[in-house]
Amino acid sequence: MSVIEPPRQGEIVTRTPEELDRLSSTWESPGGLIGWFMPVNQRVIGRRFVLTAFVFFFLAGALAVLMRIQLMRPENDFLSPDLYNQFFTVHGTAMMFLFAIPVMEGIAIYIVPMMVGTRDMAFPRLNAFGYYVYLIGGAVFFGSLLFNIAPAAGWFNYVPLAGIEYSPGLGVGIWTTMITFIEVSALTAAVELIVTILKLRAPGMSLNRMPLFVWSALVTAFMIVFAMPAIIAASSLLVMDRQIGTHIFTPETGGQPLLWQHLFWFFGHPEVYIILMPALGIISTIIPVFTQRPIFGYTALVLSLVATGFIGFGLWVHHMFATGLPQLGMSFFMAASAMIAIPQGIQVFCWIASMWGARMRFDTPLLYVLGFFVIFVVGGISGVMVAVIPFDLQVHDTFFLVAHFHYVLIGGAVFPLIGGMYYWYPKMFGRMMDERLGKISFWLAFIGFNVTFFPMHQLGLQGMPRRIYTYLEELGWGDLNLLATMGSFILAAGFLLSLFNALWSLWRGAPAGEDPWGSPTLEWATPSPPPNYNHAHIPIVSGRYPLWDRRGEESSPVVVGLRDDRREVLVTTVLDAEPHAVAVMPAPTIWPFISAVAASTGFLGILYHPSFFLVGFFGAAATFTMWFWPRRPWRDD
Amino acid sequence: MLVNSVRSALRFSRRWRPCAGATPPAFIAILLQGCSGAQNSLDPASRSAALIANLWWGMLVIGTVIMIGVLIALFIGLGRGWGGTERPLSSRGSFLLVVAGGVVTPMLVIMAMVIVGVSVGREIATRPQSGPIVEVIGRLWWWELRYLDGDGEVIATTANEMHIPVGQPVRLRLTSENVIHSFWAPQLQGKTDLIPGQVNESWIEAERAGVYRGQCSEYCGVQHALMSFIVVAEPLEEFERWLSLQAEPATEPSSDETRRGQQVFLEQGCAGCHTIRSVSEVGEIGPDLTHLAGRRTLAAATVPNTKGHLGGWISDPQRIKPGNKMPSTVMEPADLQALLAFLGSLE
Repeated sequence: MSVIEPPRQGEIVTRTPEELDRLSSTWESPGGLIGWFMPVNQRVIGRRFVLTAFVFFFLAGALAVLMRIQLMRPENDFLSPDLYNQFFTVHGTAMMFLFAIPVMEGIAIYIVPMMVGTRDMAFPRLNAFGYYVYLIGGAVFFGSLLFNIAPAAGWFNYVPLAGIEYSPGLGVGIWTTMITFIEVSALTAAVELIVTILKLRAPGMSLNRMPLFVWSALVTAFMIVFAMPAIIAASSLLVMDRQIGTHIFTPETGGQPLLWQHLFWFFGHPEVYIILMPALGIISTIIPVFTQRPIFGYTALVLSLVATGFIGFGLWVHHMFATGLPQLGMSFFMAASAMIAIPQGIQVFCWIASMWGARMRFDTPLLYVLGFFVIFVVGGISGVMVAVIPFDLQVHDTFFLVAHFHYVLIGGAVFPLIGGMYYWYPKMFGRMMDERLGKISFWLAFIGFNVTFFPMHQLGLQGMPRRIYTYLEELGWGDLNLLATMGSFILAAGFLLSLFNALWSLWRGAPAGEDPWGSPTLEWATPSPPPNYNHAHIPIVSGRYPLWDRRGEESSPVVVGLRDDRREVLVTTVLDAEPHAVAVMPAPTIWPFISAVAASTGFLGILYHPSFFLVGFFGAAATFTMWFWPRRPWRDD
Repeated sequence: MLVNSVRSALRFSRRWRPCAGATPPAFIAILLQGCSGAQNSLDPASRSAALIANLWWGMLVIGTVIMIGVLIALFIGLGRGWGGTERPLSSRGSFLLVVAGGVVTPMLVIMAMVIVGVSVGREIATRPQSGPIVEVIGRLWWWELRYLDGDGEVIATTANEMHIPVGQPVRLRLTSENVIHSFWAPQLQGKTDLIPGQVNESWIEAERAGVYRGQCSEYCGVQHALMSFIVVAEPLEEFERWLSLQAEPATEPSSDETRRGQQVFLEQGCAGCHTIRSVSEVGEIGPDLTHLAGRRTLAAATVPNTKGHLGGWISDPQRIKPGNKMPSTVMEPADLQALLAFLGSLE
């Protein structure tokens, strides 16, 4: 353990160029083709997560547009029923598992270590492993569509429809194994985020000074840890039902189809908040930057996040109101579901109070946040409506629900996310995104979104169930569907314009500099894009807005004494972030990638023969051994 | 919406039109409500559906007020800073804003909604103790309906067309032998799932005579979209006449052509899946056809029951409902004509 020198007031600590070079080469990621599979740095992994997730976002979005074309007019035959069913299954699954969770985790992996002022995640190699697992699982899952063997049992994959009898073939098998596999990736990221946030914060960043985005990442990570095991258990049971003939979900032999629904939604409802929570963190990050003053109600916002995290686990039965469960029990879930409106209401009004009377810069990130207010409040209100059991019995599994959850997920998560991308893009790539294109893209997306999804409320009330590939003309749903389809083109144009903007700005954007927005958090205290080591010195924090606190001061206190010839980071205490140890981070290696390949061989092979379980098990064990082979870092040098 | 309603009311659909509400007074009434359609939850035909529709209108008003309130707060807040001078709320003002908007308002709204929701929920969930019992069995992808007597014995079996007496509750026992389905006739009652291995109970009651449409609302496989049914609410005598007819075996073929049609039915393999009581009772995969000619629709309320549609359905069912369980049957035109004549005689 190294000794940490206390910061000396007024002394300016600078690094010589040689020192910086040494630090940079210590934290450098290897290059070359094989080198591509080796990096463990949090920014490299985080960026890959985000980029991969956006690839899936645009692919799954394309499926949505194709589905809208099919529904554009009654009795359309643009897509066959089977293909349509594959499309909505893959669209839903990909948006939830391959886009929403990974993109939020990716941003957290990229931003959180810099925000808390450290140099990497707590377990860099596990981080890399998680990415390859996600990449392989996602690619196999989406690729199944190319061979027309994609699952077609819906994203919540209800049994018995998802059982081997009604869904023969590989489709649902791919769903169950790949989802389990991808959840492993989510769990690794969650564990890492928790440890990184609790143990690697810069000295002085006590819990009550932690940026709200970090808080939201922490709550999200805890929710993942408690929610994901349910879906892993459920899909493992389903794999067993399908592959080796257990009858856990088959009613003829005493199995229970509703068990799947309980397990699935025990995961599935918190999942919604897992997606929403980081977006709330992004909003709490963007608002103070664009108002240039502290946010109102920091404690209330933190408590709202935590409360949402807890309440989120008590709502799952509201997906099952029509299954014939006892009335009294369901009433409890009705009240609990409606209760979630309170922490959300507190947050919304804290943000309004924070913006009240401020001189604001209406740049693209803020526009997306303001769009959130309109869309998310509509989605929240319809959410309270569907929590009311009798009303839910009418609109459950109709287009009203489709409207509701797109309002919550696109309005609540995707809009802030894109705002966040506009906000952090300069940090990630060193250039600003184009403001004019950004504003046009916002208005296209905002108008397109509402034109697409608002009419769906009415379609649902008029009796249009979800997941139907066509409908008869005399039902009178044609005009609103046509309107929704037109809207989806505008929405797609909005998102594509942002994509174009991101690509264009890579080489034509104005150079960003360290801190283009005047932000208060630590990730802006380093060049854009950040060097390999994030911060030249680990900073010392004395308030909630460290960069604002040090405005007008010539220097700021930093940690000195960390070695620059090996990957050292500072470990601090959980509550007060007092320095208490130095950890040496592992270097780049190819073993996490090979482990991911071994594990995925096992997961995929199970679809063909149960013995592949052994291949996966021993393959992973062997590669893990190599991965953990001690390198005695304290003797290397 | 208005244009849409007018257009669909004026247009003579090539398909069977389920709604009797196209007569002028009813049509105007529907227009005033802003919506129309035989599967429209906002055009209720029962007390339960009316309670829920009213609940919706109430929640819509409250929701709209809240939405407007939030937007006004947002716009005032943003407007105060317009023009370059900072005019933030005092921390006391902010606190009051958050408490009023974020705690008190949602709390009141939630309490009101839960109280109303529980009481409406209790009312629609209270099942009647008397009235006809219909066992609804979800099949792939159609509805088997069995009318039961008080001892649970089957009186009559039919498919996709439920007749009920007006003004009398009908008890439903819902189950499935394959995957999960959901029974939903929006004008009459909220939905209830049909889950294999358990029997769920629900009930419907129509306050006025008419034909109401319903549709499966739990995704159940490739033809989930076209798994519909109709509910015909009629006066008690008519209902009883209908039910006693359904209980009868099929009428004996009376002409040469229908006799030949019956032969075709047996020889072409139709009987492998379809039952016609008194002709062949082994088929279980497709609907019972004993009184097919009396039904208004074919293929789970997808096309009207006309001779042309029936011929098209028998020749190429995969064109109308791709992926359904009925194979195409190739036969001599004369055989097909005879078969159609026979099926057409099954009143």
